[in-house]
Amino acid sequence: MTHVEADKPGMHQEPDAAEASQTTASAPKRRSGLAEFWYYFSQNKGAVIGLCVFLAIIAIALLAPVLAPHSPTVQNRDALLLPPAWQDGGKAAYLLGTDPVGRDVLSRLMFGAQFSLFIGVAVVVLSVSSGVILGLIAGFFRGWIDTTIMRVMDVILAFPSLLLALVLVAILGPGLVNAMIAIALVLQPHFVRLTRASVLAESEREYVTSARVAGASRFRLMFVTILPNCLAPLIVQATLSFSNAILDAAALGFLGMGAQPPTPEWGTMLAEAREFILRAWWVVTFPGLAILITVLAINLMGDGLRDALDPKLKRS
Amino acid sequence: MFRFALSRLALIVPTFIGVSIVAFAFIRLLPGDPIMLLAGERGMSAERYAELQAEMGFDRPIVAQYFDYLLGLFQGDLGTSIVTKRPVLEEFFTLFPATIELAFCAIVLATTIGIPLGVLAAVKRGSWIDQTVMGTALVGYSMPIFWWGLLLIILFSGTLGWTPVSGRISLMYFFPPVTGFMLIDSLLSGQEGAFTSALSHLILPTVVLATIPLAVIARQTRSAMLEVLGEDYVRTARSKGLSPRRVIGLHALRNAMIPVITTVGLQVGVLLAGAILTETIFSWPGIGKWMVDSVFRRDYAVVQGGLLLIAIIIMFVNLIVDMLYGLINPRIRH
Amino acid sequence: MPILDIQNLSVTFETSSGPFKAVDGITLSVDSGEILSIVGESGSGKSVSMLALMGLLPWTATITADRMQFAGQNLATMSARQRRKIIGKDISMIFQEPMSSLNPCFTVGFQIGETLRQHLGMDRKARRARTIELLDLVGIPAPEDRLSTFPHQLSGGMSQRVMIAMALACKPKLLIADEPTTALDVTIQAQILDLLVRLQKETDMGLILITHDMGVVAETAERVQVQYAGQKVEEQHVKALFRDPHHPYTAALLAALPERARGRDRLPSIPGVVPGPSDRPPACLFEPRCTFATDLCRQTVKRQDEALGQALCNYPLVAGRPQNHPSQSHATDETRKELT
Repeated sequence: MTHVEADKPGMHQEPDAAEASQTTASAPKRRSGLAEFWYYFSQNKGAVIGLCVFLAIIAIALLAPVLAPHSPTVQNRDALLLPPAWQDGGKAAYLLGTDPVGRDVLSRLMFGAQFSLFIGVAVVVLSVSSGVILGLIAGFFRGWIDTTIMRVMDVILAFPSLLLALVLVAILGPGLVNAMIAIALVLQPHFVRLTRASVLAESEREYVTSARVAGASRFRLMFVTILPNCLAPLIVQATLSFSNAILDAAALGFLGMGAQPPTPEWGTMLAEAREFILRAWWVVTFPGLAILITVLAINLMGDGLRDALDPKLKRS
Repeated sequence: MFRFALSRLALIVPTFIGVSIVAFAFIRLLPGDPIMLLAGERGMSAERYAELQAEMGFDRPIVAQYFDYLLGLFQGDLGTSIVTKRPVLEEFFTLFPATIELAFCAIVLATTIGIPLGVLAAVKRGSWIDQTVMGTALVGYSMPIFWWGLLLIILFSGTLGWTPVSGRISLMYFFPPVTGFMLIDSLLSGQEGAFTSALSHLILPTVVLATIPLAVIARQTRSAMLEVLGEDYVRTARSKGLSPRRVIGLHALRNAMIPVITTVGLQVGVLLAGAILTETIFSWPGIGKWMVDSVFRRDYAVVQGGLLLIAIIIMFVNLIVDMLYGLINPRIRH
Repeated sequence: MPILDIQNLSVTFETSSGPFKAVDGITLSVDSGEILSIVGESGSGKSVSMLALMGLLPWTATITADRMQFAGQNLATMSARQRRKIIGKDISMIFQEPMSSLNPCFTVGFQIGETLRQHLGMDRKARRARTIELLDLVGIPAPEDRLSTFPHQLSGGMSQRVMIAMALACKPKLLIADEPTTALDVTIQAQILDLLVRLQKETDMGLILITHDMGVVAETAERVQVQYAGQKVEEQHVKALFRDPHHPYTAALLAALPERARGRDRLPSIPGVVPGPSDRPPACLFEPRCTFATDLCRQTVKRQDEALGQALCNYPLVAGRPQNHPSQSHATDETRKELT
């Protein structure tokens, strides 16, 4: 008998729980997967704001060649270190001012969005695909293959991620692509662990046994039967990795080991601007703000995704 | 307890071997000749080259080389810096206190602020306090700390002139290091103003380094508290007529601390990664800056040694956290 | 004068789908040395009314009462701080899940001693002595050795004994036991009930026993109050109640007891469930599940007098027959039998 639940409404009163029970009350007209997902996602105001900001950043990145008032790389000797337009000495043509060699900060930021999003997408694709495959293999074959893969992942996780990325870039040579490879390698153990854990949990379920009995091949079992059921935590982790990749790439750029000048990558811009911090606040402030806003938007979305996808939260 | 510690130690061994292989392989994966990289001498005769090759064991099979390396490690030999010509281990121990001082202050700041904030947010769930705390925590969690450091420098060092821009202590003061911890050494030196100077140098780096751990700890504390506050034993504690302060601060918090301790432990890796950036920004002479500088100077012996030492530190901190976990959670102890 | 006197207590929860009345005008009183049993199925608000009395409900609950008097003090108007001086000392409570009701991080000795320190200000030595005495009282063997045990090392029955020891620490005037045996093995259930009744007799305290188990009621209680969907539907002395239930709900509960089943027919059950916030009937809350319900029951419901167990019913039963029921005039004995 479940007395606790029914007897004490509100003992464990939580807004989420109350909302959840409200929707289960209308269970008969159960929403389709995507609509249900959107329902939960849109409950989280922060997540919706994050999504809007993120879409705006994508639009800016895609439309940078059209939107940007200046070239991101052309230097203008007549406009060195101009302050933003609203400050004394600023010019309306350079809304957010110019950098020490006379490039328009706003234009560089817009083009920089392309790099940040590209880094995020590429790193996530790389680390998710390699991580998921390794995790599936480890979870499926068990035995020494599993042990080897997991020990290697432990070793990667034993290093601070940024340090390992830094050292890898030292091996591969500085540059944006190498930085992305290094970051993907550092982030990928999380996907291996997650996938393996989900595979181990799902393998015990009846539907997997029935597929196996029905004669599904190992490949089919791995990718068609089990993988779709482990997607939720992977998606959440992928969002986290997206923002981590942007942060780490910017950090490597800042240390001079990522994208190289004159690439308008935000971290690299910060590195170039460092010596002017006490003279020209805008060259430092805006690139960092761009990083913060992008990462914050993605993390807001990540929180919303977690709430919407986490079945544990939904049930409570 | 002892057996528990021993079993945890046994789990570390494979990771340690893996870490040592990574460090060992590092030099050999670098583009270029490892002898040239390690010796760093410009122009060298064929005889000198052969001599060095034999001295460093590069003429032997790779597995034998690894065991030589491992043997060296156990004798405390992590190679010699090309730039300073000092043993890597010695350099490490000179610089490590600076990093410990910074990291310790940061983790203290992060826990003393993060845990109460998380508890407050959980107790006032859904209120504006909760929303403000969690919103701020998410901003902190998303913060590019290298930029955050620069911003604080602009504000507090530039505009307000309150804090120094870089270093550990003003150049006015000089005293021989005793403990390596500037706060303690400055007190021991007895020089007037030295402690204040050291403290003012420490504030901004600490804040910067503490930002992300603080956010993570606050978020984790909140969710752990929310879970615990719904438990039956919290109701029991309230039914005893205990004050809310005691119910939340003792009965609930003690249980919520169990997952939080793990989170705090995991922050040590985050702190050391953060130290790389923070120490670079504030010219803080610790191992983070040491690693970055060595990468740039191509002082690969230092990078190799530092990589290994930092990984070992993280492994041991995780071990200690595991022990603490056993101490605070009676279900594991018995 | 009764030790506890509650008049017209209501508890409403603020939920996202609007307010939900979990307790609706409950009136009850308990004397010293008396066992009152509150019976009802899940969702009948039995626990909530007691948690309201203890001040243990979350902030989403709104509590109203005409009177909530304990030992001459008005619990309804006192501050939380004043109330905390009473609960845990003069009124104490034990719960359904003994295993999760003890804090896993603290020893048994600490958790009992804490109550002693809070209310009696005992020093360490006195606390230790009293704790051992209490553990011995509730029948825990080798109490000295138990002081330093952690809850996870105890069985369910042992945990409940510890909970009882903790509740009795300050010699309360009233003990509320909220389904104290539901989560336990059948053999342990009887032991714990015997223990509770013995201690109640020895200390002459009032005992409120919340349960859904009529068997437990029959064995322990003196007076029984039946609750349904947050309302009191009947109150009688236990013998009278079992002999002649006046409310159809009570009758149905009793009919569902295996001990009372006659013949080899299937055990009768009550169709349907307790109404929730969305499907609350207009007048009598039991009407949708009641075999005697008429149109009148959907318009109004009448509280009967003391003689009819204060039954909240338009057609209270007497010897199994609904009084003044429209069907009665032309119903034959056959059909009446069927109805009960």
